[in-house]
Parts: sequence; C-alpha cells; structure tokens
Amino acid sequence: MTVVQIMALAVVALGGGAVVAVSDPLRQVLLLSIYGVALALLFFAFQAPDVALSEIVVSALGLPLIILAALRKIRQHERSQDEDSGAR
Amino acid sequence: MSRRARLGLFACAGPALAVVLVLGFRGLPAFGHYHGVYGLVVNGVELSLRHATDMVTALNFDLRAFDTLGEEFILFAAVTGVALLLRELRDESQRGSAADDGAHSFSGASDGLRGASLLLVPLIVALGVYIVLHGALTPGGGFQGGLVLAAGPLAALLAGRYLALKRLAPHAALEVLDALGAAAYALLGLGGLVFASIYVKNFLPLGIPGHLLSGGFMALNSIAVGLEVTGAFLLTWTEFLDQALLIRRRSERS
Amino acid sequence: MSFLPYAVAVWLFVAGLWGVVASRNLVRTVLCLSVVQSSTYVLLLGVGYRSAGRAPIVADVPVVSKLVDPTVQVLVLTDIVIEATVIALLLALVVQAHKRFGSVDPADLRPLRD
Repeated sequence: MTVVQIMALAVVALGGGAVVAVSDPLRQVLLLSIYGVALALLFFAFQAPDVALSEIVVSALGLPLIILAALRKIRQHERSQDEDSGAR
Repeated sequence: MSRRARLGLFACAGPALAVVLVLGFRGLPAFGHYHGVYGLVVNGVELSLRHATDMVTALNFDLRAFDTLGEEFILFAAVTGVALLLRELRDESQRGSAADDGAHSFSGASDGLRGASLLLVPLIVALGVYIVLHGALTPGGGFQGGLVLAAGPLAALLAGRYLALKRLAPHAALEVLDALGAAAYALLGLGGLVFASIYVKNFLPLGIPGHLLSGGFMALNSIAVGLEVTGAFLLTWTEFLDQALLIRRRSERS
Repeated sequence: MSFLPYAVAVWLFVAGLWGVVASRNLVRTVLCLSVVQSSTYVLLLGVGYRSAGRAPIVADVPVVSKLVDPTVQVLVLTDIVIEATVIALLLALVVQAHKRFGSVDPADLRPLRD
C-alpha cells in the first residue's frame, strides 16, 4: 500500500464525513463535488483511470447541476407559497 | 416513525451493522492480494482474442456486453422516470418564449465569459468524440465520453444562453437520441445473433491491436452507449433547469 | 494497514446511513444516500487491486507486467453513471413531494389520498 493511496483514502473518509455532517444542502452540494474529486484521485491511485474519468465528470458537473436546480425550484416554490399566504 | 425513534433505532443498529460489516470484510483477501481468477484471465487473453488494449472497455462492450445491456436500460428507465415526473403540471405553464431572445433569469454573463463558453462548446464536444471513439485503446468509452459530450452544449449555459441551448437541443430531439442509443445497443446485440448465432457476440473483423478500428463491434457499442448517455444527461439537465429557470405557477405570471 | 480501504468503506456506509436516518431535509437524505453508494466503489476497487499492479491497459506496458482486476472497474464505472441518473430521479421525486406537501421534511410527508 503506497503513501498516495493512504492519503487518498484519508481524504475520502474525511470528505464523506463532511458531506454527511453539514446540514445546509447548498454547502453540501459543494462538499459533495469536492468529495467526488477526492474519490476520483483515489481511483487513480487504485489504478482505475476509466472509473476516475467518469467520476470526475459526474461529480464536477452532473450531480451539482441537478441538485442546484432542484434546490432552486424548491426555494422558488417556498417563496411563492409565502406570497400566497401573505396576500390572504 | 418519529425522528427520535429513528435515531434511537440507529443508535443500536448502526454500530451493530458496522461490526457485522467489519467482521465480514475481514474474510476478504487482504488489500493488494487479489485472489480472483476471472480478471487475470481477462487480462491474459483479451489482447489476443479481441485485439483491444483497454481491458475495461473490452469487458464492458464485449465480454460482459449483455450485462451492459441491463445497465443501459436502468439508465434509460431512470431518465424516463425523471422526464415523466418533471413534465409540467396542470397548474403551471412555460414562461419565457422566443421573445426572450435566448436570455433567462441569470443572463448577467460578461462578454469574456460569453466568448470563452462559445469557444468551449466545440472543444468539449471534440474531446467527447475522441473519448467515445478511442474506448478500445485508451481509458474511455461510451459512458465517460457520453458524459463529456453532454457537457459540451451545457457550456452555453455559462453564457446565460439557456434558451438558445433549448432551441439547439429540444426535448423531442434528446428523447430520440436517448432512445436511439438504447435501441442501437440492443440491435447490435441482435447483429451477433444473425451473423454469429449468439446474442451480443462480436461479428465484425477484429483489426490490428492499437489501431482505431480494432476490437470488432466494441467501437459501435461504445458509440451507441455514448449517444444514449449524451441524450440521457442532456434530457435530465434540461428537465431540471426548465423547472428551476422557466416554469412558474400561472398565478405568479400576471 | 491492509484493512484500511475496507475500513473506509465501512465508515462511508455507516456515516451515510446515519445521515439518511437523521436528515430533516429530503435533499440532504438523497445526498447522504450517494455517500452510502460511494462506499461500494471503494470496497469493489479495494478488492480488485493487486499490490504494485498497473492499470489494465496494455497499450504501453509489457505483456508480462502485473495488472489490476478490470472486472470490478467495469462494475464501478457503469454504476457511477447510473447513480447520477438515479439521484436525479430521487430529486425529481423530492421536487414533486415539495409541490404536494409544501415541505421537504420527511416528517411532513403523508400518505397520498386522492
């Protein structure tokens, strides 16, 4: 087991814990993206470049975009609900 | 179940689960001492039997191509589910039409960003095509290349040109792309049944290892999956972005 | 030390599961579920690794050299792509649930009547 692998495993363990521990979804998206890049580095250290390639694209672009759009939609909906109740 | 009850249950079950997992994983071969035979056999015979230099792609699109068929249809089903769930509800209507001239609610991009993003589109698409086509030679293949290809048009979003992106890639076209990729993969398998009398068996000449046209029908499978992943991800992204950027409740519009 | 990858997989699984259980926000539940899922990646790639092995691409390595197992890599590779779309499906469900119940707290979800 090489030093790079041990370090990558440590970063992944910390990153996964951070994603779970933070409660604000917006910060969680950012952490999830960083965690994904850490996973990609781990995959490189485990000699799996194919896997790292797909993890980079999914974690850098694929997931954050979907989650941010969903969060924005939910927030919009909350705001229009507040306006509705304020008008009454 | 209340949150307190759930947390209480997890306080007992969580550590127990961790102990069971640790005990179970202790029975695995130690890290770095892989005992499996399948992977080693694949590594030994793949180059001479299939003329592909990337074992992962060779497994994905040839030796385990039937498995990939199943995975591909999970992808297809998931994206169909997303599209069905997010189609506009009855009390909502689409805001923003051709009159908005390609802008939307975060169209505040600077000129430099607009120019750079337009430059990025062809570069990312070219990279995606490269990754799809060279799947049998270097790390890459339909799944990764399809993701990169889908990311290309999305660079237009950086320039605040979401509606232009929508006009370039309307939902109907993306649905067709997604379905076409899935169908092409299944039909390529059928080609094996016709020409080699076994479903998803290679029926094309293998070529010279290291050349672009090597590995038989792997390249075609890779293209089919690449098309499907491109369509699937663009469809998912645009469905979600439609919800976030375009669709509002009717009462809000007046 | 050779147990470390498996220990990380256990940690990610249990920590992610705790997040799913303790979450008050359905979006957070979905994100924690993706952490649970990533534990399987670490486990599978850890099983397939051989010490001093090279990536399973024979373009520029001598045929005799030691390569890691490509099978687990195929499983993980396709799963990462599918995971993204399945998470999109779950988030679509969350958006719909918010439309119907006006909340993303799992405690506010009620059975559908009509």
